Amino acid sequence: MRLAFKLNGKNTVLDITGGERLIDLLRQRLGLLGTKEGCGKGECGACTVLMDGAPVCSCILLSSQVAGREITTIEGLARGEELHPVQAAFVEAGAVQCGFCTPGILLSAVALLKEKPEPTRDEIKRALSGNLCRCTGYKKIFEAVETAAKNMRKTRKAGVGR
Amino acid sequence: MTVVGKRVNRSEAVDRVTGAGLFADDLNYTGMLHAAVVRSPVARGEIQQIDATSALKMKGVEGVFTSKDIPGRNSIPIILDDQPFLAEKYVNYVGEPIAVVVASDRRTARAAALKVRVKIKKLTPVLSLFEARNHPTVHLFGKDNVFKHLKIRRGDTERAFASCDVIVENEYRTPYQEHAYIEPLAMIAIPYPDGIIEIKGSMQCPFYVRNAVTRVLGLPESNVWVIQAATGGAFGGKEDVPSLLACQVALPAWKLKKPIKLVYDRTEDMMSTSKRHPGWVHYKSGATKDGVLRAVEVEYVIDGGAYSTLSPAVLFRGTVHSAGPYRCENVKVDSYVVATNKVPTGAFRGFGSPQILFAAECQMDILAEKLGLDPVEFRRRNLLRVGDTTVTGQKLLNSVGLEETLDKVLESSGWSPRSKGAGRKNGAEDEGTLNKDGVGFGFSTIFYGVGLGAAGKYLARTGANVILHADGSVLFSVGTTELGQGMTTVLSQIVADELGVPFESVRMTAPDTSRVPDSGPTVASRSTTMSGNALRNACKKIRDVLVEEAAEMLGCPAHKIRMDEGVVVAEGLVAGNLAAVQKGPVVGGGGPVVRGDVGAGSTPPGASAGARKVSLPLRDVIKSCVSKQKPLFADGWQVSPPTSFDGETGQGDAYMVYAWATNLVKVKVDRETGEVSVLKVWSAHDVGKAINPSSAEGQIEGGVMQGIGFALMEDMSVDADGRILNLNLSTYLIPTAEDATEIEPIIVEHPYPEGPHGAKGFAEQPLMGIAPAVANAVYDAVGVRIRELPLTPERVWRALKEKKSQDHGQNVRQVAGRRSRTPGSKRD
Repeated sequence: MRLAFKLNGKNTVLDITGGERLIDLLRQRLGLLGTKEGCGKGECGACTVLMDGAPVCSCILLSSQVAGREITTIEGLARGEELHPVQAAFVEAGAVQCGFCTPGILLSAVALLKEKPEPTRDEIKRALSGNLCRCTGYKKIFEAVETAAKNMRKTRKAGVGR
Repeated sequence: MTVVGKRVNRSEAVDRVTGAGLFADDLNYTGMLHAAVVRSPVARGEIQQIDATSALKMKGVEGVFTSKDIPGRNSIPIILDDQPFLAEKYVNYVGEPIAVVVASDRRTARAAALKVRVKIKKLTPVLSLFEARNHPTVHLFGKDNVFKHLKIRRGDTERAFASCDVIVENEYRTPYQEHAYIEPLAMIAIPYPDGIIEIKGSMQCPFYVRNAVTRVLGLPESNVWVIQAATGGAFGGKEDVPSLLACQVALPAWKLKKPIKLVYDRTEDMMSTSKRHPGWVHYKSGATKDGVLRAVEVEYVIDGGAYSTLSPAVLFRGTVHSAGPYRCENVKVDSYVVATNKVPTGAFRGFGSPQILFAAECQMDILAEKLGLDPVEFRRRNLLRVGDTTVTGQKLLNSVGLEETLDKVLESSGWSPRSKGAGRKNGAEDEGTLNKDGVGFGFSTIFYGVGLGAAGKYLARTGANVILHADGSVLFSVGTTELGQGMTTVLSQIVADELGVPFESVRMTAPDTSRVPDSGPTVASRSTTMSGNALRNACKKIRDVLVEEAAEMLGCPAHKIRMDEGVVVAEGLVAGNLAAVQKGPVVGGGGPVVRGDVGAGSTPPGASAGARKVSLPLRDVIKSCVSKQKPLFADGWQVSPPTSFDGETGQGDAYMVYAWATNLVKVKVDRETGEVSVLKVWSAHDVGKAINPSSAEGQIEGGVMQGIGFALMEDMSVDADGRILNLNLSTYLIPTAEDATEIEPIIVEHPYPEGPHGAKGFAEQPLMGIAPAVANAVYDAVGVRIRELPLTPERVWRALKEKKSQDHGQNVRQVAGRRSRTPGSKRD
């Protein structure tokens, strides 16, 4: 069947089969390897992508379910060589250890900041509660999100941010 | 300016935040096929037949491989030689690999694996840690099912106990802990027409993997090239198990002459791969009323599962750490690791010590209370200091920062003996003294022997290679691996400072067994010291060449040459304008001409005519070396200082140096539900020297959360048939962001003279002392002493209920004026 959706801002049309998972469409067929598979059961959040701005697990979605929707993967955050403020904040804060959970966490954080540009620590925790991290203990991740929020507010005030 | 000691951004952070495709499952090769593993459904049995007919008939299936197809030896080398690669006659745990199926895609391979019919005659398994030892009929290993027995015999515990004023004797139990690294195990084998086979994947120990593949395929070491891919977390769970995966892909790759990829399904990974050994401890310790720990007697038994794998080494570490970080003249320890028909247990952060330290540190609190001392004072009277001797008779010559970690935690937290939960003597609480808010504090002080120690001394060597390119960029290779802990960055910092080049110009290759000789495993927190020193060893040789050349170019003796930040300076001559010379970049050549720059016969402005040049850009020295064909590359080799451990007495220099830590945990216990919330953790670690403080903090923060998981929520249930019941991340619970507690990581530095810049290793330690601190805090909060992990709400709630009825009974009796034995008084 035919699938038409928006992928990282680009209108995309593809042929898909009924049983194909979104994560496999992204990784195997489109070569977008940034979305990682941690459990295949929607329990760890490593495969998080944004569907119409909301975090979803791509391992438990079928490709067909994104028809007409807007999907953002980790590849859609940076602008060329320029990192998204959340990505940059994670680098600076030391919030990345093995990095396998990182793409999913970044997308959940981006979704949060869109909805709540000045989140409390508890709101950050709640928003990231579906993304498991085994390495960091989460502390520097929270700090990175708070820093990103601050930086994004600054650039928005200056009229240049996202 | 140096970069060692600075909070430099991680070398691979940008790759990770952009999701760069560097993990094993991101790699793909032309003609690649996919493997899946056929596993035993029963805990123990005799294989009678393997029928692959249905599987082979499936479209896309390319082959099914069993032990019959093994060209070399059917054996995975770890320590002892008891683990087969593929089960041949017997299966000994649920999930044991029997065959490998290969197909055109992963889904087909996994479906085909389910179609392979294995006829197994079921045998009665041994599942209990307690029944396994000297089991009358089931012999899994030797005559007694004991993989290893270790001892400590120090002083005279019987006489010492007789002189003690207080003695505490208890049993403790700890569960399985599953690593739950977010990246499941994955491996690829790529065979080449010239007989080379490349193995790429998620792993800690490329050389262990090479050992296994060479043995199973019967190939020379030079033909097997193992390269670590980016690895998404490990914690010990990717120490020995990757050897199995490597053979599971190498065998079909060898036979079919095609690349083969294998990725474990999460459930499969949780069911069949190594975990922390469940433990049981019988701990008796005694002290005199002056607050001195006089005697410790321990029986420590851990469950090794069906094959020994790393168990002897795990037992060693647990044994050495069994008395805690204290002086004690009389110690008797008997430790055992036993065989059972369950998944082979192995390495997990702490490696046999978290279980025993749980017991040891709870005992310290119980003893303290009986002595009428607060838990800090009692520890202070017994903790090890420089010049002291450990319970294995090792004199600590240097780098013992334990007391400072305790002082720093006290300073940071403001804890005092009055901070504890209100009123609790050795008896009941009535409504008046009840600690209504359920808040409590708990301590633990622990230590960690850095490196492989006496048990691993034959593996305690590592190699490195460094190349300084003509353009000034540096490429180095080591045998240890980046797992997320920050090794790449730390080693790059060390190299940058050694060669006086910018951090940004230093790169590490992927660990590759064809680049350096066998460097041992990435375990035991050994990479900073071992690879760090091997690299310094190599860099010095390169520096010597540069210095000699620079001395000639500047016309001064070699000992006056200093290298720093891309500039070579001759000290003690006319003062040079260092800043001016630094303006040009080192890498890429052709920077701007600057004052004082090299040029034959030029003189720095301001210097008197005839004064000699005082500095050169490093790139010019490199250029000169290259033009004269001088070698700007070198190998380095590091061997651990000697260690020892007597088999009869357990005495010896067990580890080359120790890291030390104090943890303080603040909890809140909900009396209605039994839920324990960890409100804050102060965790101070003596690391010798923090090469990268941000990474060191990251290890503390991550390890503390894993410790909280171990203390409160992680456990695996095994049914009567030997099957683990909770096999996914919604039934095996690890801490989520909402469970994240406030953590105050504190770094203390008591330099280790043999370590690079004084650094030791320490990153397992943050997990190790959390569980006893939590248990101590729960006791402080609500007066219940729980000696089995995890402290689930159910366990805490039951203990509270039982205490309530005991207290009520006691109060009733007191009110009635009758004197009677308080039920449960023997407990604690």
